[in-house]
Amino acid sequence: MAFLTFVFTLLMYFAAAIFFGGLAYRIYTYAKTPAPLKIPTMPAPLTQGGVRMRMFKEVVLFQSLFRANKFIWLFGWLFHLGLLLVLIRHLRYATEPVWEIIVIMQPIGIYMAFAMLIGLCGLWARRILVERIRYITNPSDHLMLGLLVMIVISGLMMKYVSHSDIVQVKAFALGLLYFDWQTIPADFFFMVHLLLVAALMIVFPFSKLLHAPGVFFSPTRNQVDDSREKRHLAPWAAELDDKRQ
Amino acid sequence: MAKPTFDTPKIRAYPIIPVLQEGSMEHSSPFVAKPVHQEALGFPGELVENWQEKAIDKMGELLTKYRSLRVFLDSCVKCGACTDKCHYFQGTADPKNMPVARQDLLRNVYRRYFTVAGKYFPKLVGAQDLTEEVLDDWYKYFHQCSQCRRCSVFCPYGIDTAEISMAAREILDHVGKGQKYCNEIIGKVHKIGNNLGLPEPALVDTLEGLEEDVEEETGHVVRFPVDVQGADVLLITPSADFFAEPHIDGLIGYAKVFHEAGISWTLSSYASEAGNFGMFIGSYEQMQKISWRIRKIALELGVKRIVVGECGHAWRVAYSFWNTLIGPFDFLDQNYPVPQHICEVTNDLIERGAIKLDKEANDDKVITYHDSCNVARGTRMGNIEGGQFIIPRAVIKSSVNHFVEMNPDTTYDQTYCCGGGGGLLTDDLLELRVKGALPRMEALKSVIDDQKVTHMAAICAICKSQFSKVMPYYDIPMDSIISVHQLVGDALIMGSSDK
Repeated sequence: MAFLTFVFTLLMYFAAAIFFGGLAYRIYTYAKTPAPLKIPTMPAPLTQGGVRMRMFKEVVLFQSLFRANKFIWLFGWLFHLGLLLVLIRHLRYATEPVWEIIVIMQPIGIYMAFAMLIGLCGLWARRILVERIRYITNPSDHLMLGLLVMIVISGLMMKYVSHSDIVQVKAFALGLLYFDWQTIPADFFFMVHLLLVAALMIVFPFSKLLHAPGVFFSPTRNQVDDSREKRHLAPWAAELDDKRQ
Repeated sequence: MAKPTFDTPKIRAYPIIPVLQEGSMEHSSPFVAKPVHQEALGFPGELVENWQEKAIDKMGELLTKYRSLRVFLDSCVKCGACTDKCHYFQGTADPKNMPVARQDLLRNVYRRYFTVAGKYFPKLVGAQDLTEEVLDDWYKYFHQCSQCRRCSVFCPYGIDTAEISMAAREILDHVGKGQKYCNEIIGKVHKIGNNLGLPEPALVDTLEGLEEDVEEETGHVVRFPVDVQGADVLLITPSADFFAEPHIDGLIGYAKVFHEAGISWTLSSYASEAGNFGMFIGSYEQMQKISWRIRKIALELGVKRIVVGECGHAWRVAYSFWNTLIGPFDFLDQNYPVPQHICEVTNDLIERGAIKLDKEANDDKVITYHDSCNVARGTRMGNIEGGQFIIPRAVIKSSVNHFVEMNPDTTYDQTYCCGGGGGLLTDDLLELRVKGALPRMEALKSVIDDQKVTHMAAICAICKSQFSKVMPYYDIPMDSIISVHQLVGDALIMGSSDK
C-alpha cells in the first residue's frame, strides 16, 4: 500500500501542478495578447456593467448556445450544471468540519452525477449520430467524452456498488491538502476515479477544455460597444500611430 | 448573362439542414492576384519559395497580435452549434463551409506547429502539416467566407470565423497568394481614391449629370458638391453610389436630405470611397492606410462632421475601427457622433421635423428590409443597443406606408449575408454568390408570395450589387432591391428650403 500511496500522492501533486501551472500560463498568454480592434458581436452592451451581464448569461445560462441549438444546449447545460454541483459537493472531502451549505446540498449533489451522465451521453450520441458533428469530430473529442463518462461512472460505483470508506478517502484528501500524507484507501474504484481525474487535470491546459478560461477572454463577448466614444488602442497599434500617413 | 454552369439551389418550403456533399465547392476559387497587384501593397508577387516557413512565421506573429485569433483557435469544443448557420453551407452543402470546419482548416495547422498536443499527437487532435493541399484549401475556403459574423452570434464562446478568415487571408497575402479582386481594388484606392478607379474629372462629370437629372425630375436645384472647402459635412460613401443601380438613387436621396435640411456638405474626390477592402484581407496596415485618406481630407477641407453613406462593411470599419485607426477626431464637432451614419442623420432630421416626408409617394411599393450583415453584427447606430436595427426601420417607416418584416430567423442579428460580402463580390465567384444567397432569397420569396412585397431595401453597396445580380437566378426581378435613401428621396417633400 505504501507504494501505491506514494505513486498516487505524487501523481496528484503532478496533476495539480500541470493543471494550475498550465492554466495560469494559458491565461497569462490570453491576457497579454492584445485585442487591437473593437469586435464585439453586436448588439453589444454599452457599459462595463452590461458586459458583465452578457458574460453572466453566457457563462451561466449558455445564452448563445440556447439560441443556436436547443438539443446541444440542454445536454451541454445539464452536464456543466451537474459538474459544478458535483465539484461543490466534493468539497466535503476537503473541509473539516464540512461547511453547512455542502451538507444541505448533499441530497441534490448526488443526483447531479446522473445529470452529468445524461448530458455526456446526449452529447456523445449527437457526435456519433449527426453527420455534421461526426465530420468535425477528432479522436480526441471521443476520448474526452470517454474520460468524463468514466470519471462519473467510477464515482457512482463508489456510491452505489462498492461502497468506499469515506473516512479514509477524506483522510487521504486532507492529507494531500495539508501535506500530511495518509495511506490511500485500498479501494479499486477510488483509485480509478483518482487516476482519471488526474488525467483530466493533466490534459486540461493542452486541450479544448481551454474553452473554460477562453470564454472570458473572447473579444466578441467581453468588449464594450463604445468605439465612437473612446479610442481603443493596442500597444503595437499605437506604435503604428506615429507612422501614419 | 452568360449561361450558368451550375444549378441554382431550389427554394425550400422550410429550411432544412442539407445533407453533406463533400467537395461540392472544391472547384470554387477566385482569381489569384497578379504580381503587380500584390507588389503594389507590399506583398510578394507570387508564391514564395519558402512559403511554408513564411506562413508559419506569419501565423506565429498574428497569434501574438490578435487575442481573438489565439482564443478562438484554442476554445472551440466542436459542439456543432455553428454547423448549420452559414449561408454558404446552406447553399452549397459543402462540409468545409460549416464555420467550425472552415476554422479547422487553420486550427489544424495551428495545432501542429503551436501546441503540445498537435506536435506530439497530431492524429489524435486532427493536427495537420501545412502542405500545398492545405494551402489550396485555405485559398479556396477562406474565400468562401463573407466575414458576416453570423456564426459568432451562435457560438457559446463567441468564436468569429471572420477573424479566422481575415488571419488566413493575411497569411496568404504574405506568402504571395493574394486574391486578385481585393488586392487590385485596394491598389486603386491608394492610387486614385476609390474602388472603381474613378478619377476626379469623371466623378465631377457624373455628379453634374446627376444635378441635371434631379432638376429635370423634381424642378429643384439639388447640388452634389465635390471638394468644397469649409463645408460642414464630409460625406464618405461607397463609390458604387456614383454610378451603379440601385445605389445611385440612394445618393440622390442623401443629396435631397442635405438640401432640404440646409446642411452644407461635400464629397471628396481624394477620399471618394467608404468601402475598405483592407478589412477583407485582414490587414490592419492596409485598413489604416485606406482610412487615412479620409482623415487627411477632412482636415484639409476643414469640415466639422463626417457622415458615412449606405455601406455595410464601410460602416463597420468607420463605426468600430476609425477611432482606433485614424482617431482621435478632436478636430471635428463633438456635438455629433463621429462618424455618423446617413440613416442617423436622416432619422434625426425626421424626428426634429426638419424634413417632411410624404409616405404616399411610395404607395406603389410594399417594402421589406434586409439587415446588412456588417451593420447588424459589427456596428451600432444611435445611442441605444440595437439602434442599427431600429433607426433604418424608423427611416423606412417614415417614408412608406407598407412595410413588412421577413422571417425573424433571418433578420436583426440573425440576418443572413447577401452572399457577396467580405471580398467575394466578383464574377469569378458567381456560383458561390448565387448559392450563398439562398437563405435570403427564401425569406424574401416568402414575403413576396404571401404579403405582396415588391421591394427589399438595404443599406449596403455590396448587398445592392449582389442582389441585383443574383435575384434573377431565383426568378425575382433584379430591380426589387433598392436603397433606403431612394425611399427617403422619393417621399421627401421638396421646396421648403429652396432659396
